[in-house]
Amino acid sequence: MTDLRKKSLRGVITNVIMVALLIIVIYILSVSLSDNNYRLKLVPIIWHLCIFILLGTSLNLTMGFLGQLTLGHMGFMGIGAYTAALSSLALERAGLFIAKTAPPLQLIGVMLGCSLLGAIVAGIISLLMGIPALRMRGDYLAIVTLGFGLIIENVIANLPFAGGNGLAEGTASANLYQNGLGINSRLQAQYVYFPILLTIICVAFMFMYTTSKYGRAIKAIREDEIAANASGINATYYKILTFTISAFFAGLAGGLYAISTSSLTTGTFTFANSSIWNSTFIVVMVVLGGMGSLTGSIIAAIGMYMLNYEIKNGAWVAAMPQFLQSIFAFPMLIYAFVLTIVIMFKPFGLMGTYEFSLRRLLFRKSERAIGGEAK
Amino acid sequence: MTEFLQQVIIGLRIGSVYALIALGYTMVYGIIRLINFAHGEFIMVGGYTLFFMIPVLMGFGLPAWTSVFAAIIICAAVGVLAELLAYRPVRKKGNRMTALITAIGVSLILQNLAQAIPFIGPNPKAITQDIFQSGRIDLFGVNTNWTSIFTIIIAAFVMVGLQLFIHKTKIGRAMRAVSENKAASTLMGINVNRTIVITFIIGAGLAAVGALMYCAQYRAVMTTMGSMLGLKAFVAAVLGGIGLIPGAMLGGMLIGLIEALVTAYISSSLANALVFVVLILVLLVKPAGIMGRNVGEKV
Amino acid sequence: MSERAIVLKTEKLGMMFGGLKAVNDFNIEILEGELVGLIGPNGSGKTTVFNMLTGLHIPFEGEIYLMGKRITGMKTHKIIEQGIARTFQNIRLFGEMSVLENVKTSFTKDVKYNLFDTMFRTPKYFQIEKDIEDKAMDCLRIVHLDDKAAFQAKSLPYGQQRKLEIARALATDMKLLLLDEPAAGMNPTETSELIACIYDIRKKFNITIFLIEHDMSLVMKICERIQVINFGNTIAHGFPNEIAHNPDVIEAYLGEEAVENA
Repeated sequence: MTDLRKKSLRGVITNVIMVALLIIVIYILSVSLSDNNYRLKLVPIIWHLCIFILLGTSLNLTMGFLGQLTLGHMGFMGIGAYTAALSSLALERAGLFIAKTAPPLQLIGVMLGCSLLGAIVAGIISLLMGIPALRMRGDYLAIVTLGFGLIIENVIANLPFAGGNGLAEGTASANLYQNGLGINSRLQAQYVYFPILLTIICVAFMFMYTTSKYGRAIKAIREDEIAANASGINATYYKILTFTISAFFAGLAGGLYAISTSSLTTGTFTFANSSIWNSTFIVVMVVLGGMGSLTGSIIAAIGMYMLNYEIKNGAWVAAMPQFLQSIFAFPMLIYAFVLTIVIMFKPFGLMGTYEFSLRRLLFRKSERAIGGEAK
Repeated sequence: MTEFLQQVIIGLRIGSVYALIALGYTMVYGIIRLINFAHGEFIMVGGYTLFFMIPVLMGFGLPAWTSVFAAIIICAAVGVLAELLAYRPVRKKGNRMTALITAIGVSLILQNLAQAIPFIGPNPKAITQDIFQSGRIDLFGVNTNWTSIFTIIIAAFVMVGLQLFIHKTKIGRAMRAVSENKAASTLMGINVNRTIVITFIIGAGLAAVGALMYCAQYRAVMTTMGSMLGLKAFVAAVLGGIGLIPGAMLGGMLIGLIEALVTAYISSSLANALVFVVLILVLLVKPAGIMGRNVGEKV
Repeated sequence: MSERAIVLKTEKLGMMFGGLKAVNDFNIEILEGELVGLIGPNGSGKTTVFNMLTGLHIPFEGEIYLMGKRITGMKTHKIIEQGIARTFQNIRLFGEMSVLENVKTSFTKDVKYNLFDTMFRTPKYFQIEKDIEDKAMDCLRIVHLDDKAAFQAKSLPYGQQRKLEIARALATDMKLLLLDEPAAGMNPTETSELIACIYDIRKKFNITIFLIEHDMSLVMKICERIQVINFGNTIAHGFPNEIAHNPDVIEAYLGEEAVENA
């Protein structure tokens, strides 16, 4: 159309503003991180937030955009985490790498390499699972992925080299502190931009994915699979591709988790437990943010993690009456209530499929006149 | 050989519990196409009711197993509340995925609420009383305990009773009609919502009976007891063909046998994973389960 | 007539549902540029024929040829790639997506950019996206929905939703268009608009159309040839005026009416 040049100019302006905002955020971050007090508090939060944002957005690809409920997302994160941890441990045992004394470039290389390896292994395993699982009807898939998650957990727990206790004990905990990838808090602070940049790149990729032909195809499959097939879309291919990409990013999140944690246990990657590290919490996050809204997932990830952080550490909780405190000792109870109430009143989440867009914010009137976007 | 037969009896005992719980899943799924994730938690509710009621009823001089009637009432009440407060409102608004997420939410609420209630708490509680006659017996040369015998017999009675109820009574016919076609049932004068509520009552009641059998064998209750039990019972329902009552029975028995034999002869820590492997293999060959017919979507 | 190519040909096509023969020995030859109608009472197996032609049902027996190529038992999306497009009796749009996006999805199979182009938004990506946007707008213009491009598909009125389905089908770049009751539920004004629209499409694209319809006036008006089926069996085929006077057809329809009135 004739407005094409106008549109691309607007794209450039939006991008410039976005980069400028990013620089400001990073500047504020670097100033606050130079303060020792803030650094101790902020650094672990940032690492965890990046992991949750990656988990939430990647699960939204399958749950929100593809419309397939999968309940074993944490299983893929587990694969990524264990692969990253074990591969870095192998490097260290071979005498090639010591996290404490490694030069910066080598450390970044190992962190990136091992996380990517974890992501690729998670992707391959999800591909092998997806081919049979995605042939099934929607609600069976939920159970099958839940089962897969349990199998992954079960198998990892039974791997002799992942635990040290092996088959007999049935629980694995690779103690990686000081002798693997699990870097200490000083290094975590030093390399805090690593997870931030990685997350930005990954989320950007997911945005690109969902706004391209791939996004159109999977949204069409979500709306009506038969009609999508009848529009010439190879539904099976796009389903498996999206499932694999989703697992890939979950694996990458697992890599980040392995870097930021001193030891791994399979209990972290299960369907439901008393902490927030479980598949259900990620499902709640996606539902709350809106199924089909990546920005919604990011906001929900930040909001829910901070809420949990406050419940765990906030002074205001300690000041509350005893019976409320005892409820707050079970955060999943609160999230379950929130989940049920949100879905009763807004079945597709608070933001639905609405994406927060800087571009629309800036050029609201003229965009609507051109009519390039829905709504 | 006798050891193998012993394992088969154990398998049938576990399978009876799975089958009873699977019936609850399959009936609810058959009628509203919802995987009632909270069904596992109904078992937990039943278990705790038994835990609290057994001493009370025994104080009145009644046998311990009579507490199952209290459990049935409480479970049915919880089931009806879940349907009325959560499932029905969401069914009107959302799609099948949102209904499923609601069920997960209800399940988590029940489980975590139980943990947050001070006199229940997250720690397991032991049931010290005998629910059935204690001791072991020799059955055709196979040594087993009375609990297994009672469990299998009760399960068989309940299943026959349920089959008769579904096929011979008016309510049973209404349930079958609603599961075939909701709109047409309404036109035939069937109160669909009431039929759904009755289904929840029966399903939750069966979960309470399952809880009795579980408690008789393991003599302990805990807030997470329903999760894995419920999940495997659901697998049993899918394996047999979801929505089909004979399918749930067959699936339950199969899962019980697989679990008992894998535990005895391969590895106890792999039993859970293998149950899912079997499910996936069966669904690949028969997507609608062993007894299910493959019905495509209407175009 | 004879020099025109045969677009669609079926041989002894049959379908069984649980021991019941839904379609039996269905044979048809459609020539390039023709507009052929398939009629029959309710439940006579018309939609089943369409479902077999588009791979939603695997035929129980018989063969289907498109432009001389055997397509029996192919997956739906493969058949669409070969050049058949269809609409549905009960509208199946992508409700949450915009009208424009609905049409754009049909180009997915032709879009030649990959994940790399998607990630880095290469010039190729923008060029292809612009191309398909233009083509999609062309398709919308034909059915007079170009001013509704940004609307959510499910917000359209019923008649326009049917037209959008046609636009989406057109966008797959097909040789044969299958329309499953395009006028169902439309009022007379909407129906006459639809007829104009179908004429337009034939003029612009020179495509072959095979349609199922209950509205006899529409069928008699626009179809060049008609095939009638009842209980899965072909009971008549020929030109509209022949069909209108065929005693078997009259009996099939009147019989149905008699049953309905009873």
